[in-house]
Amino acid sequence: MTALALGVAHSRITRRRRVKERVMAGLLLAATIGAAALLLIILGFVLIRGLPAITPAFFTERSLPQGEPGGGLGPALLGTLVLSAIAAALAIPIGIASAIFVVEYRSGRFAPVVRFAAELIAGLPSIVVGVFVWAFLVRGFIGHYAALAGGIALAVIMTPIIARTVEEVLRLVPGSLREAALALGAPRWRVIVRVVLPTARAGIVTAAILAIARAAGETAPLLLTALGNLFFSTDLLRPIAALPLQIYQYAASPYDDWHTKAWGGSLVLVVVIGLLSVALRVATRSRVR
Amino acid sequence: MQATSRADRAFAGGVAALALLVPLTLAGITLLIVRDSWPAISRLGLSFITTTRWDPVHEVFGAGAYLFGTLVTTAIAVVLAAPVAVGAAIYLTEYAPLRIRTPLAFLIELLAYIPSIVYGLWGLFVLVPFFREFVEPTLATWVGPVPVVGALFSGQIVGVDLLVGGVILAIMILPLLLAVSREVLLAVPGAQREAMLGLGATRWEAVSRAVLPYARVGIVGAIVLGVARAFGETMAVTLVVGNSSTTISPSLFTPGYTMASAIANQFTEATGELYFSAIVEISLVLLVVAVIVNGAARLLIRRIAGNPQGLAL
Repeated sequence: MTALALGVAHSRITRRRRVKERVMAGLLLAATIGAAALLLIILGFVLIRGLPAITPAFFTERSLPQGEPGGGLGPALLGTLVLSAIAAALAIPIGIASAIFVVEYRSGRFAPVVRFAAELIAGLPSIVVGVFVWAFLVRGFIGHYAALAGGIALAVIMTPIIARTVEEVLRLVPGSLREAALALGAPRWRVIVRVVLPTARAGIVTAAILAIARAAGETAPLLLTALGNLFFSTDLLRPIAALPLQIYQYAASPYDDWHTKAWGGSLVLVVVIGLLSVALRVATRSRVR
Repeated sequence: MQATSRADRAFAGGVAALALLVPLTLAGITLLIVRDSWPAISRLGLSFITTTRWDPVHEVFGAGAYLFGTLVTTAIAVVLAAPVAVGAAIYLTEYAPLRIRTPLAFLIELLAYIPSIVYGLWGLFVLVPFFREFVEPTLATWVGPVPVVGALFSGQIVGVDLLVGGVILAIMILPLLLAVSREVLLAVPGAQREAMLGLGATRWEAVSRAVLPYARVGIVGAIVLGVARAFGETMAVTLVVGNSSTTISPSLFTPGYTMASAIANQFTEATGELYFSAIVEISLVLLVVAVIVNGAARLLIRRIAGNPQGLAL
């Protein structure tokens, strides 16, 4: 072998390697652009098709029978607020308590059980949660479709999200803070309530609001629990409308006007959820991470 | 002193009582669903998943076609989403200019916050017409005549079918896959890359021979997690999958049913004890698969990346 032959072979391999490098970089970039483009396309459609539906009446009036012009999604918006409120009222205390239980009382025998259960519930398809709440409440304790059942179904979905996120946040609270407070003679509960939770406040608020944003868009469990309602209702023991349910029913209908309203409803849902998550993520990123 | 320890015990008791609601709920879910599906389990046995005749009128319930629909749409979703998500994750951790890495990843992960009903609406009114008018005729013309593979893309084109169901699922699991793969890749020690680059490797060589082998287990975990998500997804698929056929056909153009969409569509009209019980048994299948697949995925991911935040998506 001469030096010349080696040099030729070397340069050929190099060129092949360089081409391969370029091709792979191009493919990876294409994948990234494709994924980002999907988001823009979907949001673009929701914006363009949804905007024509947005009028004052859309937010305040109830839905009218097909054929009558006008009407809106008022009951659905109110219903989603009611359902989210019920879910939040249940899931936030339970979620935070299980995070405290897992992190602050980790020596206990049941701490891993709670953590594991939260993880498994978080992985369940939401329709399965719907079937459970139907069997437990709609058929069982309440006896019929009700807003309360819908709210509890959403709470089952929210709780593990809050529990697991808050758990991560509590772990970030330095142990030295706890030790300092304990050394000053503070009882354990005061250390948790006065030192640990306030330190983790930003992260806890983020967890709660992200979980609400997540639950507010859930549809499948509500089909089996809240059922839907064409009229304004705040009665927790009666069926109640919800924005995602209304979108589903309108999307599955054959009427153009209802399709437009479904897009409008989606726009409202996406804007609210999007604003919540973006604002929170930007506001608390440095503290959570 | 006495008062303090009593307050401490009360607080600990209260926290424990609330926290134990979580495992109690899981136990309740399992118990009620097993109890309600018991009539179907005992009367139908294995034929529930091995046969495909679903006939409420004659009380014959074989959910094989629903299982088939779920498996096919999930497979399509993973095959389409995994390369794009992993590719984008590699680009965002190894190639992209430092300044845009986090904002771009955040933007794509926003897809995860779009509710599934919005994907369903978009799928029904945008994706379905696009596939019916353009994608599926093209596939039928060019791939249809190819032996074996062609069978996937033959038959009448309706627009709502297993293929579109799989595509919408692919879009939905993309952000989850991307977020988790990205965190797995970020957990690969920098020395892995530097050692390879220091030997004169190109960037792709460093990625393919040093980074990816190290991250492989975690990326497989991310994909398995995507499988779990796609398996039980309901609303988006229900709107685009067709909800009509209960036969098993090789063509992806067949309007199909998935297990989750069968529950959503038939639950409220399931009269008769056995019919209802059969629907609940479908949710039992979903529950069991979700527990197994999620458990496996999390084990795999933890081996690489500890406890990534993407899991909360």
